[in-house]
Amino acid sequence: MSVAAVASELDDGINAMGMTHAERIFAQAAGGESVSAGEFVVADIDLAMLHDIFAAQVFDMLQEVEGDKIFDRAKVAVVIDHLVPAPSAEAAALHKRIREHVARLGIETFYDAGAGICHQLLPEGGHVRPGMLIVGTDSHTTTYGALGAGGTGIGTSDMVYALSTGRLWFRVPETIRFEMFGDLQPGVTWKDVILHLAGRYGTDGAQYKAMEFGGPAVKHADMPSRLTVANMAVEMGAKFGLFAADEVTDEYLIAQTGEGTDRYGPDPDATYEAVHEITLTDLDPQVARPHEVDNVGSVTEVEGITIDQAFIGSCTNGRIEDLRAAAAVLDGKHIASGVRLIVAPASQSVIKEATDSGVLATLVDAGATVLAPGCGPCFGGHGGLLAQGERCIGTHNRNFTGRMGHAAAEIYLGSPATVAASAIAGSIADPRTVEVAHV
Amino acid sequence: MSETALEHDHMTGRVWKFDSDISTDVLSPGQYAVDPVEVRKLHVLESVNPEFAPNVQPGDIVVAGSNFGCGSSRETAAENLRALGVACVVAESFARIFMRNAVAVGLPVIVCKGVHDSFSDGDTAKVVLSEGSVTNIDTGTSLVGDSLPAEMRDILAAGGILNVLQSQSE
Ligand code: SF4
Repeated sequence: MSVAAVASELDDGINAMGMTHAERIFAQAAGGESVSAGEFVVADIDLAMLHDIFAAQVFDMLQEVEGDKIFDRAKVAVVIDHLVPAPSAEAAALHKRIREHVARLGIETFYDAGAGICHQLLPEGGHVRPGMLIVGTDSHTTTYGALGAGGTGIGTSDMVYALSTGRLWFRVPETIRFEMFGDLQPGVTWKDVILHLAGRYGTDGAQYKAMEFGGPAVKHADMPSRLTVANMAVEMGAKFGLFAADEVTDEYLIAQTGEGTDRYGPDPDATYEAVHEITLTDLDPQVARPHEVDNVGSVTEVEGITIDQAFIGSCTNGRIEDLRAAAAVLDGKHIASGVRLIVAPASQSVIKEATDSGVLATLVDAGATVLAPGCGPCFGGHGGLLAQGERCIGTHNRNFTGRMGHAAAEIYLGSPATVAASAIAGSIADPRTVEVAHV
Repeated sequence: MSETALEHDHMTGRVWKFDSDISTDVLSPGQYAVDPVEVRKLHVLESVNPEFAPNVQPGDIVVAGSNFGCGSSRETAAENLRALGVACVVAESFARIFMRNAVAVGLPVIVCKGVHDSFSDGDTAKVVLSEGSVTNIDTGTSLVGDSLPAEMRDILAAGGILNVLQSQSE
């Protein structure tokens, strides 16, 4: 198909050498006119994000190697989100060290324990804008692609280098473009779309590559949905998961920051490694089965498998829209006996909105246990782990062996509606079979 | 090429073979995540092959299937292998962040299609980084993978990106 036709609505992309969204970000960050896939560039970093698992170690190394030299204090964000509230004395001591480093280094953007999950807070706080190059000590840094920013995960040594010099080497990735057509059926969400893509193309289907999500269907994807999709791009191995900045991005940024955005995306004549056309019309709700994110099928294939726990939260699906979708299913009902429902809102503003709107009360009435905003059980940290032989369905992004506690526990992944419907049934259930309220 | 550069470029060692999707969770198990590297390295891959960590010798070579190092961004996955003295990891493909981290901590890696089928555990492999070549000394099979770009080989030769940083700021 003609990629030019697809991208022609992006009127600001006139360039002698057509660039993909990723190439455009790297050209800008490397200070060049244009770059192309396969090139190595040394690029300027617009924002560096560190969370509590790695921040103290990175700052220790920075102190040791570079005597605390930071390229730009205004371009660093630190978030305490993985171990909150501190589940152990060791975690508390780690947090204390991070606070001391942050104060000593004069880092302004600091979200302390309880504020929420890094990938929720940075977009919510207006720190992410289209075209930025963002590195984080976390693989789900791809989330920022929802706003058209190049976000990607790096390790601690690379982070020390980036913090000190403000630069880092990159290989400009090839891009796979996903052209999406058609409307989602009721009960089907963009979480189901990204699970479907993972199932279809595999966990290394976009290894080292940038993914571009486009096409007519994407116009109707709101920002929370885009955040969910970009978040899970890394589950296919991607370096970036990019949405072009459009009206949806503009409206979101105006609401969060008062300042909108121009369009930002690929040139109409960009060169892609592949363009896949995806029709969404007939998609069922999707579920990833243990123990790989690409072990995906329709919910109808796994219906009836009993569960011990249901989890709604994480940077993938812990937003107010996700809690509302779950509440719509759970309204006036109660979770099955013998099932635990754990809800971890992605940020303090999510929990506030859920409280003010009555969504939280609906969830609690249905039997939910509500955790503080943070990562908690998502990575097997604390607050709702699984015993040997137990089974959980969650809205998060990974179902690897041992991810949520015991290695002999099973994790299924689905949308908030699927997880809520399963909590009521006590077994994996199709959300389309449950009556949905308006909450 | 100087002698030390050559030493970094050519390596011969015993092969430890692993399958696809070796995750950072098995390369650096979460329960030892905050322990010092001397403790962490003893548990590398223990859930997949408990013989590996106690018996691997400096200079040995890891051969694996696709998506090696998938999972989290934890750098300890690569650092642990380096601490055990692993000279190089050759795989059908790597998870992106693992590959970055390997270069950052000075652990050579080569992407080489067909490598998984061309080696058995215990074979001897010869690797030339600048050529991306991998030879099975026992069977004579020779493969050519993706040679590492000069930018990455420079970081490896320096022993990792922190050494590069230190030498830049001197
Ligand atoms: S919510 Fe889960 S995936 Fe997201 S940052 Fe936290 S641990 Fe990682």
